[in-house]
Amino acid sequence: MIRYTQDHEWIQLDGDTGTVGISPHAIEQLGDIVFVELPAVGANVGKGDAVAVFESVKAASDIYCPAAGEIIATNEAMLDDLTSITPDRASESWLFKIKVTDPSDLDGLMDDTAYQAMIG
Amino acid sequence: MSPFDTSQNISNPAPQAPFEGRHIGPNAHDASIMLSAIGVSSMHQLLGEVIPPHIRRQDTMAIPAALSEAEVLAEMTALAKQNSVKTSLIGMGYYGCHMPPVIQRNVLENPAWYTAYTPYQPEISQGRLEAILNFQTMVTDLTGMDIANASLLDEATAAAEAMAMAFRAHRGKGNVFRVDPDTHPQTLGVLRTRAAPLGITLEIATPDTGIEAACFAALISYPGSTGAVRDITGEIEAIHAVGGMAIVASDLLALCLLEAPGAMGADIVLGSTQRFGVQFGFGGPHAAFFATKTAHQRSIPGRLVGVSQDHKGRQAYRLALQTREQHIRREKATSNICTAQVLLAVIAGFYAVWHGPEGLRRIAKHAHNMANQFVAAMRRAGRIVRHDAFFDTVVIEASDDRDAMLAAALGAGFNLRSLDRAFAVSFDETTTSDDMERLLDALGGAGITKEARADEARADDGLTLPQQLRRKTGFLRQSVFHKYRSETEMMRYMRSLADRDLALDRCMIPLGSCTMKLNAAAEMMPVTWPEFARIHPYAPKDQTRGYLEMITQLEGLLAATTGYAAVSLQPNAGSQGEFAGLLAIARYHAARGDSHRKICLIPSSAHGTNPASAAMAGMQVVVVKCDAHGNVDMADLQAKIDQHQANLAAIMVTYPSTHGVFEESITELCDLVHQAGGQVYVDGANLNALVGHCAPPEFGADVSHLNLHKTFCIPHGGGGPGVGPIGVAAHLAPYLPGSPIDGDGAVSAAPFGSASILPITYAYIRMMGADGLSNATSMAILSANYIAARLGTAFPVLYTGSKGRVAHECIIDIRGIQEKSGISNEDIAKRLIDYGFHAPTMSFPVAGTLMIEPTESESLVEIDRFCDAMLSIAAEIDAVISGQWPTDDNPLVNAPHTSDDILDDAWAHPYSRKQAADPNGNAQANKYWAPVGRVDNAYGDRNLICSCPALSEWEDAAE
Repeated sequence: MIRYTQDHEWIQLDGDTGTVGISPHAIEQLGDIVFVELPAVGANVGKGDAVAVFESVKAASDIYCPAAGEIIATNEAMLDDLTSITPDRASESWLFKIKVTDPSDLDGLMDDTAYQAMIG
Repeated sequence: MSPFDTSQNISNPAPQAPFEGRHIGPNAHDASIMLSAIGVSSMHQLLGEVIPPHIRRQDTMAIPAALSEAEVLAEMTALAKQNSVKTSLIGMGYYGCHMPPVIQRNVLENPAWYTAYTPYQPEISQGRLEAILNFQTMVTDLTGMDIANASLLDEATAAAEAMAMAFRAHRGKGNVFRVDPDTHPQTLGVLRTRAAPLGITLEIATPDTGIEAACFAALISYPGSTGAVRDITGEIEAIHAVGGMAIVASDLLALCLLEAPGAMGADIVLGSTQRFGVQFGFGGPHAAFFATKTAHQRSIPGRLVGVSQDHKGRQAYRLALQTREQHIRREKATSNICTAQVLLAVIAGFYAVWHGPEGLRRIAKHAHNMANQFVAAMRRAGRIVRHDAFFDTVVIEASDDRDAMLAAALGAGFNLRSLDRAFAVSFDETTTSDDMERLLDALGGAGITKEARADEARADDGLTLPQQLRRKTGFLRQSVFHKYRSETEMMRYMRSLADRDLALDRCMIPLGSCTMKLNAAAEMMPVTWPEFARIHPYAPKDQTRGYLEMITQLEGLLAATTGYAAVSLQPNAGSQGEFAGLLAIARYHAARGDSHRKICLIPSSAHGTNPASAAMAGMQVVVVKCDAHGNVDMADLQAKIDQHQANLAAIMVTYPSTHGVFEESITELCDLVHQAGGQVYVDGANLNALVGHCAPPEFGADVSHLNLHKTFCIPHGGGGPGVGPIGVAAHLAPYLPGSPIDGDGAVSAAPFGSASILPITYAYIRMMGADGLSNATSMAILSANYIAARLGTAFPVLYTGSKGRVAHECIIDIRGIQEKSGISNEDIAKRLIDYGFHAPTMSFPVAGTLMIEPTESESLVEIDRFCDAMLSIAAEIDAVISGQWPTDDNPLVNAPHTSDDILDDAWAHPYSRKQAADPNGNAQANKYWAPVGRVDNAYGDRNLICSCPALSEWEDAAE
C-alpha cells in the first residue's frame, strides 16, 4: 500500500521496511533532474527531517522523511543515469529504504485517491 | 561669426545642455505622447494614480543645483587633486600593478563590457562567459584545485564565505575556526563580524598546535600577511587529522613561483586577483577568487560558469548549478551572494591571457627579485630581516626607529606598512630600479652598489625560496593563454568576445528589478584617473583627502535622497548591504538587552537574498503570505506578529514590492511591526521608483540598502561590481559597519568598500540635481505604464495598484498563453533575441511570467521598437494557436536562430528563413546574431565542466 505526504513523497511499507520516493506529479513539476543527494545508510532520521535533495535546472527540492527510522539502503543505481528519472518511472526511482520505528507515523498520510484529489 | 572666432567662447562659454536631458530618454514631446496613450492628462495625474498620497514626500531633496558634464568633471578634478599619489608598498593584499593599456581601453573603458548584465541568458552572453571561464581556468590552475567560481567580492568576504562553507559541511562537529596569526588584519575583522551570528568561535593560532576536535576548519596564510613563506603541509595535515577543512589564503602571483596549495592538500584556496591588472582604487572593486575540490563543488558560494551545449550539440557556456544560489534556495542557500566582480574578473583573466604563463612568471620573479635586492641591502646595512623565506614582502625589525624609517620613506615618496616595532615593504610589478635606489637612500641601505645588490639577489636563479616550496606543477597550458601576444590579436580577441554579447551599447535591456539605466561616460571617466585609481586603501589619511571629501559629500547626498540620518558606503554589494543592515538591527536589539529578538518576517514575494541574508545574520525566517493581488497579506502579517511578538527582530520588505506595485498598506505594516518591538528593513532594490517622491523613513523604515548599480548608475559590469550602501535612521547610526582593521562590524575588506567607483554615483547625483532625480523617477514610472498599456491587450499585466497602474516595472503573465499555445515565457525571451533584444526578467518574482523595466533612460523610439517586437511575437503565438505552425516547430520554440541555422542547406521548417532571422525587417543594418542556439541547461549541470580544456599540444609548450 502506498501512502503520500503533502510534500509529494510516497512511502510503501513492507513489514517494517518502508521504500520512499517522490510522486510522478512532483517529478513532472521539477523538470529535468540534474542532481540527487541521497541520505547515508545507517543514519537515524526523524519524521519530517530533510534527508535527500532533488535538483532540476530550475528548482532544488528537499525530500522530507515520511516516517522515523534507520536508513537501510539507498538507490545508488539511479545516480548513474539521471535522465531515467521521469514521471512514468517514479516507482523505479525510489530514493531509500528505511526501517520504520513506528508504523503509526504513516497514519496521517494520504492514500492514492486522496493524493490524486489534492493535486487535482 | 567666423567659425574661427573663439573670442565669444572665452568670455562667455556656450552653455552645455542640461545633463538631465541626456540621461532621460524621452523628451517633453515624447512624454506627452506616452501620457495620452495611457489616458492621463499629465505626469502629475499619473503619479497621483501610482503613488499612495499618504506616503508622498512634501519636501524637495536638499541637493545642490545640477552641474553640467564639464562642471562636474572640473569638480571631480579638484577632488582628485586633493588626493596625493605616492608609491604604496604597504601590501596587505593590495599591490601595485600595470593595467595593460590594451585591456584598459578595450574592456574597462568599453561599454560593451561594462554595461552588460549578469549572463542569465547564455545565448546573448557567450563572450563574457568565455572571459569568465578564462578567469576560472586561471584560478583553478594556479591554485592547483579542481574548480573555481566566477569570483567573489573581496579577499576578506571570500575568507568568510569559506568559513561558512566549511561550517555547513561539518554541521554538528564543533564551532571552532582557527585563523593564522599572520592573516591580513582586514580579513580577520570581517571574519569576526561574520563568525559571531553563526556562533563560531575564532581561535588565532596555526592548526599544528594543540588543536581540538571541535575545530571544523583552519585558515592558513600562504604567503603570510607579513610575507613569510612556510611549508604548510604539516598544518594542513594537522587540521585534516581532526577531520576539519584546510582553507588557504594565497596570492596568485606568488603561486607562479610557489608550489600550489592544491598539491599540498588544501580543501579551499582563496585570495584577491587585484594585482592581475586592477589598480588599488582605494580598496576596490577587485575580484576575489575561490577554488575548491570537486567533492565540494555543490557548496561553492557565488556564481559558476560551466560548459554545456546548445540544442544542436554546439559547445556553449552558461551559468552552472544555479539552484545552489539564494534566488532558488533562499535561507538554505550556500550564501547570500548574488553577484560576482565580473568586470574585474574579466580583466584579471585577460591579464593572464595577455602575459601568458611565462609573462606571469617573469612578473612574479621581478617582484621577488626586488624583495631580494632590498633584503641584501638592508642586511648589509646591519638590519635584521624577520623572515628568511619570502616572496615579495619583507619585514625589517626597527624596535627603536620605526617611525623615523617610515617618515624617511614617506619623504622619498613611499608608503610602507607599519608593524609593532618593525615595518614591512611589499614589492610588485611596478617597482623600478630607480624606486629601489630612492627607497634604499631614504632607509640608509645605500651602502651596497646596485651591481652587488643585484648579484646577491640573483644567486640561485634569482629565487631565495626553499627548494621544497618551489613550484613544480606547470600552469596555464590552455591555448587561450598562448595565442595572444601581439596587441592586434589581443584587441581582436576581446572585440570578438564583446561582439557575441548584447549590452546596453546595442539595445534596451528591459530587465525587471535590475534597472539597466544609462551609465554615462562623464560619470565613468574619473574611475581611471590616477588620483582615484592609485590610492592604497590603507594609505595615510592626509593622502586621501579628495576621496574622504567626496565620500562625506556622497553620504550626505544619499542621505538627502533617501531621507535617512546616516549612510555607510562600506558594503560592496547589495547582499552585503542587507547583511550589514540586519546586523545593525541585531546589534541595536542586543544593546537594549533584547538579544532574544531573532525572528525576521519576510513576505513570500521577497527576493531570495533577503532570507539568505537573514540566515547569515543569525535570524530565523518566518514567511508572511501574499494575497491574490500580490500584496502582503495583512491578516497573515498580524497573525505572525502575534505569534512571534516577544522575539520579533525585524521585517524585510521591498518597496515598491517585487511585484512592481506601491502597496497602500506600507505605513500600517511598519506601524504593526514597530508596535511589536521590531525594526523595519526596506530593501532598496526598487528605490529608483521612490527617489524624489517618497522617503522610506517617512513611511516607517529604519534601514535600507541602496543598490548603487541600479538606482545610481554604477554599471552592472556583466555581473558586478555592485555597491550596496546602507542608510539608517538615527537610532541605528551607532551600529553602522566600522573599519575592518580597528572597528566593529566590518563587512568589507576596505573601509569604503568599492571606493573607486563611487565617483560614478557622485557625478550622477551632482549632474541631475533634485529636480533631475525626481524627473527620472517620474519618467521611469511613465515608461513602465506606457509599456503596460501597449502590451496589455496581448499579454495580461499580472499586478497593478488600486488605480490599475504599475510602478516602475510591469509583470506580464504568460501562463494562460502557454496553456493555449504551448509557448512558454522562455520561448518568448529567446525569440526576442532574433528581434535584437535582451530578454526581460524571466520567472521572477512569479514563475511563468516576464517582468519588464524600461528605466527612464530608454527613448520612446527604443521602447516602441521593443513593444512592436513583443506584439509581433504575440501574432506569432496566435499563428501557433491557430495551427498555422506546429507547436514543436515554429519560430518561437526554435529561437534563437543562429546564422548557421539560417545558412543550412537543409532548411525544413514551416516558416521562412526571413521570418526566422529578420522578423521585424531591420536585419540589413544592425542584425544581432546569437552565436549559439538554445542552450541545454540540464546537460551542463549533469556534466559539470568549469574550466577550459587543456590541449595536449600545449603540454610541451608550458615551461
